[in-house]
Amino acid sequence: MDRRNFVKSTAALGGLATFGAFDKVLAQGAGPIKIGLMTPLTGVVASGGREIAEGFQLYWDQTGKRIGNREVQVFVEDDGSNPDIALQKARKLTEQTKVDFLIGNLLANTGLAVAEYAKTSGIPYFIPVIAADDLTQRQRIPNVIRVAGYSASQMPRPLADYAYKKLGIRKVVTISQDYTFGHEQCGGFAQVFTELGGTIVSQLWHPLNTQDMSPYIAQIQGAAPDAVFAMETGADATRLIQQWSNFGMKGKIRLLGAQNATDQSVIRTLGAEAEGILSSAHFAEGNDNPATVKFVAEYQAAFKKLPSIYGFSHYSAAMWLSEAIKRVNSNVEDRPRLLDAVRKTVLSGSPLGRQVRLDEYGNPVYDVFIREVVKRPDGTFWNKPIETYPGVSQFWTYNPDSYLKQPSYSRTFQGIKKV
Amino acid sequence: MNIPRVAWIVLALTALAIMPAVAPPYLLSLATLILIYALLAMSVDILAGYAGRTPLCHGAIFGTATYVAMYYVTTAGGNPWLALPVGIAAALGVSLVFSVLAVRTNGVYFLLLTLALGMIVWGVCQRWTSVSGGENGIRGNARPAMLADPSAFYYFVLAVGALSTYAIWRFVRSPFGLSLKGIRESESRMRSLGYNTTRHLLLGFLFSGLVAGLSGVLYAYFNSYVSPSSVALAQSVKGLLMVIVGGVGTLFGGIVGSAVIIVLENIVSSFTERWSMVLGALFVLTMIFAPEGILGKARAALLTRRKR
Repeated sequence: MDRRNFVKSTAALGGLATFGAFDKVLAQGAGPIKIGLMTPLTGVVASGGREIAEGFQLYWDQTGKRIGNREVQVFVEDDGSNPDIALQKARKLTEQTKVDFLIGNLLANTGLAVAEYAKTSGIPYFIPVIAADDLTQRQRIPNVIRVAGYSASQMPRPLADYAYKKLGIRKVVTISQDYTFGHEQCGGFAQVFTELGGTIVSQLWHPLNTQDMSPYIAQIQGAAPDAVFAMETGADATRLIQQWSNFGMKGKIRLLGAQNATDQSVIRTLGAEAEGILSSAHFAEGNDNPATVKFVAEYQAAFKKLPSIYGFSHYSAAMWLSEAIKRVNSNVEDRPRLLDAVRKTVLSGSPLGRQVRLDEYGNPVYDVFIREVVKRPDGTFWNKPIETYPGVSQFWTYNPDSYLKQPSYSRTFQGIKKV
Repeated sequence: MNIPRVAWIVLALTALAIMPAVAPPYLLSLATLILIYALLAMSVDILAGYAGRTPLCHGAIFGTATYVAMYYVTTAGGNPWLALPVGIAAALGVSLVFSVLAVRTNGVYFLLLTLALGMIVWGVCQRWTSVSGGENGIRGNARPAMLADPSAFYYFVLAVGALSTYAIWRFVRSPFGLSLKGIRESESRMRSLGYNTTRHLLLGFLFSGLVAGLSGVLYAYFNSYVSPSSVALAQSVKGLLMVIVGGVGTLFGGIVGSAVIIVLENIVSSFTERWSMVLGALFVLTMIFAPEGILGKARAALLTRRKR
């Protein structure tokens, strides 16, 4: 038999063999609650995307995949870290699989695209990770709720406050991925920092999935700030931290990170390069609060790794939705009632160990920790809280009405107070 | 025109026409997407199949039309119907710049030059945040109110697609189209016969860009969203792969290829997480066993049968 025929017949046999695997994944049964989970399983944030699915499924596995007398079915679709694919999958889940609601996505641009679709189709859409500010501010959509999530500018503000007041930092350079999430996180940081009296020396923006950070690191060296605020997610965060250390910058200029930059999904593949980086977040896996410890232990037992923000957010979101669905007696088809129940639910059993509720704009209020990356006895690294800022909402200390009058953070508006 | 060919076309058109009545809404939206991408694939085929120059920039031309149409309707507040001529004009403008720079080259150089030009467009869309929205893209409903219903939109796309296919078919069979084929066969001979090959290629490129632009505006209507991924290299590659799978140089191969790839992308992901691997395997197998594409292979099979 020659090579051509061999390949042909193997391909044909392979094709036939895969038919056997099909029936496992098809949907079946009348009466189940169908949830459409979209997450990037491929692309620049695939590491976080995978954990979204894991964290979400962990909750349902723990509770037996049932609410009341209805079975819960989760349909996972890959959005490829790409807004066009995310839209395609949203359409597919809503129109073909006929899910009862959509949840998930990671990158803000994918979330914005799907939110637009949710607006026109009316399907409830929950966003535990999508942090685009305006989805709970100026462009609120009634059926889009940030369950167990946070808005981008909410988190870095305590870090700016801590940096100015406790660390005495006065000059900062920000480096960030060039998309909404980056603009808003840097804007949140910059506004508080400059209002306290600090200076943003310069702001560097780079496209998602930038392989080589050296031009940016060189510019930072040239600007000689007291500290750098790095807003990075996924593979970009790994690359920046590694290259920062390789260039010998570690220890010379203090590195402050957005919570995604020092998230477990990033630092578990790094070593000592990540040690000492400060960030601010509502979730710190090194927290010794009993609920957090328990969650971390369960997660580690199930997936052999420490939980990241992605796994945690979706676990909490599943918990939140489960409570809301119980409130409406599993009648998820009645969308207005379901959305109302979600808004009114106060989550008390979450791994944070404290109650979480939504503000009137559909965004949760949290106690935010300043966290430091420290080494554990077994050689791995995690985030331990070193300070707490209680009751941080998406509006910080600002009055919501006057805050909403200022434009949303963008490449051109960073809230920097002019002296 | 022979009777069997006409019969096939009538059959296909009838099947397409009754789709809204029989198909569920999701499959209808897939069918609409297939028709839109078929236009992109056919535009690539005009150059790759008939003129013998393989371009990797048609995604950028397609995406430019989408961006301009979206911007025109959502940000500039224009009439959605006028987005068609405005978007196509933008696509023609971009095609003119590309063609003037690229038509004097051929083969691998043409490929690389068009690739680079496409990347420039992508870079502009990424960085010109104030106009293009950067990574976030532009969102909003660009569709004319009359076409808001999915069935109405499907019929519109079907009508436009059918007319365009007919126009392209006449184009490639016209004396001008035959001159393009001649350039593919032997450019030096065409030149010695007195043809201005550069001008012919330029006009061919422009026509190809026009079709790609039309496809882009229809996509804006369909998607209500555009982002840099619509002008990226991957989009150009997708168009080219549709042509290859369907059959280079057979016009309708673009339609077949578009159907195959879009169905695979969307349906296969229901069955497996590794749908990109399935797509990749398809391309590898196509290149090994059917480099002339599905339609090419079908035609060869029909020819051998007729000979017996």
